[in-house]
Amino acid sequence: MSYYQGLQAESVRFRGHNGDQGDAYYARPSRAGKFPGIVVIHHLPGWDEWIMEVVRKFAHHGYAAISHHLYFREGEGGPDDIGARVRAAGGVADAQVVGDTAGAMAYLRAQSNSNGKIGVIGFCSGGRHCYLAACTLPGIDAAVDCWGGNVIVDDPKLLNDKRPVAPIDLTEKMSSPLLGIFGNDDANPTVDQVNRTEAVLKKLGKNYEFHRYDGAGHAFFNTSRDAYRPEQALDGWEKVFAFVNRYLATSAASIAAE
Amino acid sequence: MCSYIVEKAVLVGSAKGRKGWMRIDTANVYFDHPYYSTLDHVLAIDFTNEGEGGRDRVAVELSADSARALVERVLAALASGEAAHAAPAPLAAVAAE
Repeated sequence: MSYYQGLQAESVRFRGHNGDQGDAYYARPSRAGKFPGIVVIHHLPGWDEWIMEVVRKFAHHGYAAISHHLYFREGEGGPDDIGARVRAAGGVADAQVVGDTAGAMAYLRAQSNSNGKIGVIGFCSGGRHCYLAACTLPGIDAAVDCWGGNVIVDDPKLLNDKRPVAPIDLTEKMSSPLLGIFGNDDANPTVDQVNRTEAVLKKLGKNYEFHRYDGAGHAFFNTSRDAYRPEQALDGWEKVFAFVNRYLATSAASIAAE
Repeated sequence: MCSYIVEKAVLVGSAKGRKGWMRIDTANVYFDHPYYSTLDHVLAIDFTNEGEGGRDRVAVELSADSARALVERVLAALASGEAAHAAPAPLAAVAAE
């Protein structure tokens, strides 16, 4: 058997919040078998090519991965134009994002290749959404927050009808293990905010693991940005896969060796 | 940071996009992560016609320094252009011709 396994990726339709149907990008190993699932939540600028690369990366590592387009209700158009319209309208509501994420999880669970385990990972605003999902949705077996900003909201004016609650205030309800990946040069979240988030998790006895990287800021995994830091990103991805393998794989060794 | 902070400017003007020229009535201006640029943050401007639904846009992503320089050049062009166009005709020269 070849060391590198094939994968299949395609656009699919999923049923999200309020039963609305939207677009998602789905990738899984080509070979037969049962695979853990992971939902990939995109960042605020939109459902971009780098996020699709992340989906395929998970499939390459033996996961059935899906990224749901959080802005699909905006209709036709390129993801960048749609993202711009959503931004101009004040963004999407937290409740809708959580509902859509539940829908993406249900899509994975309904596939015959599912091993029954589901994780969620999000980047930037998607990291915040991941934190929210971990606090509000049942059935998440592992959550990975990559530099999610505004988990702590220091300025109450940032709370509104669409984002009514600071995610940190929901931490008591967090039911899944949480991995946090952060750059120490990031402005949102700052080092202080990451420390305060960790303090709350610790105080509440949550199962969490935080990794902080010097010489890295926001979005340092993103290979299409000047922010990309290869050394830190390589280590960060190793932390991510060690974490999700621990909680999602029915046999972690099988993912690495098959 | 990922933020939803957008400054809206009401405009009277036109812009050329994928479908050709269009009237625009709004510029959505923000400083945040880009979609296309490799920079960490950009000053982005989306010129749109919100009165017609805002579905089409002409977009730019600029570095912070170049955006500030652009603001200066816009104001300089307005100042010199308006001065030139407002200058009265040199009546004495016209009379002598």
